[in-house]
Amino acid sequence: MSPDMLFNLLTKALLQTLQMVAAAGLIGSLIGLPIGVFLATSGRGELYAAPTANRIVGLVVNAARSTPFIILVVAIIPFTRLVAGTSIGTSAAIVPLTIATIPFVARLAEAAIREVDKGLIEAARAMGATPMQIVFKVLLAEARPGLTLALTLTLVSLVGYSAMVGAVGGGGLGDLGIRYGYQRFMPDVMLAVVVVLIVLVQAIQSAGDALARRFDKRSRKT
Amino acid sequence: MVAFEAVTKRFGRNDENQFTALDGIDLSVARGAITGIIGRSGAGKSTLIRLVNGLEKATSGRVLVDGVEVGGLSESGLRDLRRQVGMIFQHFNLLSSRTAFENVALPLEIAGLPAKAIREKVGPLLDLVGLGDKANRYPSELSGGQKQRIGIARALATSPKLLLSDEATSALDPETTQSILDLLRRINAELGLTVLLITHEMEVVKTIASDVAVIDRGRIVEKGRTFDVFTDPKHETTRALLSGLAGAKLPEAIARKLAATPQAVSRAAVRVTFFGETAQQPLVSRLIQELGSEVNIIAGTIDEIAGEPYGSLVIAYSATPEVLARAERFYRETGLQTEVLGYVA
Repeated sequence: MSPDMLFNLLTKALLQTLQMVAAAGLIGSLIGLPIGVFLATSGRGELYAAPTANRIVGLVVNAARSTPFIILVVAIIPFTRLVAGTSIGTSAAIVPLTIATIPFVARLAEAAIREVDKGLIEAARAMGATPMQIVFKVLLAEARPGLTLALTLTLVSLVGYSAMVGAVGGGGLGDLGIRYGYQRFMPDVMLAVVVVLIVLVQAIQSAGDALARRFDKRSRKT
Repeated sequence: MVAFEAVTKRFGRNDENQFTALDGIDLSVARGAITGIIGRSGAGKSTLIRLVNGLEKATSGRVLVDGVEVGGLSESGLRDLRRQVGMIFQHFNLLSSRTAFENVALPLEIAGLPAKAIREKVGPLLDLVGLGDKANRYPSELSGGQKQRIGIARALATSPKLLLSDEATSALDPETTQSILDLLRRINAELGLTVLLITHEMEVVKTIASDVAVIDRGRIVEKGRTFDVFTDPKHETTRALLSGLAGAKLPEAIARKLAATPQAVSRAAVRVTFFGETAQQPLVSRLIQELGSEVNIIAGTIDEIAGEPYGSLVIAYSATPEVLARAERFYRETGLQTEVLGYVA
């Protein structure tokens, strides 16, 4: 394959991957984060105590997380068609990616919020804070470094998941690697795809780490 | 200011694993005073103090703050009450993501004050606790004592009438503890703030509390003016807690040689306690003249309890009947409190 052609294929695939990761990451986080807050605050004796609802949501989240992604993609095709109008192509691929992101973000956010010292919740209660104030002024503020790392991990995982949506014609880097690198036996394409993926994941991780460090005031050396 | 009436608190939902944390507590906290509640860990202190601002609810009995029953308040009534009651904690509980200034501002934000009013309040509060220059520091950049000062400033932000202190000095070294106690005493005097503190350290109560209650296994076993309780402890828990204080114990080497009954040529070991009137007079030299016997001092301490001078001296003198009788007469005339600890050879 000529370098020009390879470059064109790579740019197109990279853009598709970025589009899928960005859209699914954004929508999935917007829905997953509140669910994470709910999971972290609705246990017995907690801020918004609702143990039954907590268990039901927890079960649904677990079920969604234990479904292999490739099965999720085909299983929800009718829903995808309903939402995206089609079941193939990049925008159609965003639907299952988003669905997979929601429980993933929810669990990670729950863990990050649970890391917040219980003493801070008590202090805020003692100040006369409403549960809503505690969520926004204490829990989310204090969990910000952990939440940033959670979202970073989500984006990195999405890059991996997006490689599988070639199965429904989603395109992207993974699809390029499979169709050209593997099925047409073009090792140079495979190598290029892998290198681009590595660079992409590194970039996301470094940016996330740097941001989390900036948010984290717990151990300043200066 | 605060009154507990027959307050009981049980944890656990069913009968088998139910745990009674507080059992029939009756206690009142005087307005403008510093009251200490002391007990070992697990005695129920933390639960007791949390009943005052409704962080815990009593199972039975009433907790009154300024005449209002805490248990009868709605969620929003409870929030209003909490904004009038400051609280400081053993582990400070400052938000790591906020600067000192922002931490002190938090209760004001919660109360819904506009930014300008918050700025005007926080600055003077930081000055009051001596950290005006640390406004933009994060808690991780401050020492334990400084963090507790920020905690105190935060607790005072909403101008409360009552301050609850939950083991506020237990995580601090002795020197820092002293400076935090000085600060609390100053706030109590200058702002007329009522302070209710819980601690397991006798030193804390001795230094600043005018009144004390001793709690053991969920019950108040002794209460009264700190000076009275400390100089004449009645309950064994109080005695045990007090034994750590300097001068309360005989040196080990002497304690081992003490016999309960007089022997042939033994000397009586007597603890003489001075306070109030007797602490001001030259009683020791008069005692020596009066006895006509040689007196040696075995152990002693001069201290201040809740601001009052207090001395405790263990002396030994010849245990002959004449000397003992003369000593007895002298103690009666002067009103000195004494206790025969035993006899040494």
